[in-house]
Amino acid sequence: MPKVKIPRKSTTIDMTAMCDVAFLLLSFFILATKQKPPEVLTVTPPASISAKAAPDKSILITLTKDGKAFIMLGDDTKKADILNNINIAKGLNLSQAELAKWTKAPFIGLPFNQIKASLASSEEIPANKMPGIPTDSTNNEMVDWIQGVLKAYVGIDQRKLQEMLLVKGDNETLYPTFKNIKQAFKKNEIYKFRIVTSGEAVPVGSELYNKGKAN
Amino acid sequence: MAEMDTSSGGGHKKGPGVKKSKKLSTRVDLTPMVDLGFLLITFFVFTTTMSQSTAMNMNEPKDDSTQQMKVKNSGAMTILLGKGNQVYYYFGQLEADKLSEQFKSTNFKEIRNLIVEKKKKTNIDDLMYIIKSDKQSTFKNAIDILDEMSICDVPPGHYAEVDMTATEQLLISKTEEANGLQ
Repeated sequence: MPKVKIPRKSTTIDMTAMCDVAFLLLSFFILATKQKPPEVLTVTPPASISAKAAPDKSILITLTKDGKAFIMLGDDTKKADILNNINIAKGLNLSQAELAKWTKAPFIGLPFNQIKASLASSEEIPANKMPGIPTDSTNNEMVDWIQGVLKAYVGIDQRKLQEMLLVKGDNETLYPTFKNIKQAFKKNEIYKFRIVTSGEAVPVGSELYNKGKAN
Repeated sequence: MAEMDTSSGGGHKKGPGVKKSKKLSTRVDLTPMVDLGFLLITFFVFTTTMSQSTAMNMNEPKDDSTQQMKVKNSGAMTILLGKGNQVYYYFGQLEADKLSEQFKSTNFKEIRNLIVEKKKKTNIDDLMYIIKSDKQSTFKNAIDILDEMSICDVPPGHYAEVDMTATEQLLISKTEEANGLQ
């Protein structure tokens, strides 16, 4: 009987394709992950069971551990508007160049009377050295800030505006600071705003949990 | 510098009988590179935390003294937030001669049961939780208690944040002193 020779095939596989796939996936993941927006200072927000996602482009008031208030004005075009409003309303006497420089700042944490000086100097004040926006009941500059924001967003749908106003506080911020912010909103007749929290699951066995299960 | 070594093989002559130099395969084993690729993928997938921050709605009442709401004593529960994550509470209205009996202290773990208990005992129309925060309480406390309200499924409009009175302030500081809370 003639022997049938089975040709021996090499067991090595071409890895090029697999390599391509691996790096394609890698680059996809790297590019698709959204970078965290720059944060004013490290703030750990309290947890809540709310499941609504916080919007990106928004007016964000940040309260730090030591009770300082900072404001981020979101969208760049509106930001220029807001700063211009503030400049006029508070008589800050800023030139166009200074305003442009101010617009580039990621957040604001200075009282009105220090703004002109800080824009004139070439040195930037680090966030942890900033005194924060004064919010005490005698001199609540946050009222003016919110007023400036409202003026820039005049004519916008109320619900949309409400979703944009965010307050983010640290776990250890004392209550009076938060109360001052609420006061500032109220003075501008804003009764609804949102609080940034870290997500948390509804506790098992609680009223809301049972209700959700029943539905 | 950028010169090619042409003298390899000690003078290579073309012609019959001369062995051709071995042609090396240009194929490279890509297995380690694939390994590296997948290793990096797994690394990135595991290290990225999906931290989507959420937003909680806040509704503040209008400061209108003409539209003050009357709360029934039987349906009211006042929750006071003190320093050091302490919670104090009392039902109805404080009466001068029964202060120590009425005014009780608890913590965030227990308060949920108390809220639910009160909710079950009371007619829903009369139910009202009054939340008062001390100067020493934190932002976390204020958010936690509001969160507790939604966890216990208290309908909106049946809880409100109110300023603390002097009597309550005094009671809290006395209790804190008694408990040795600095």
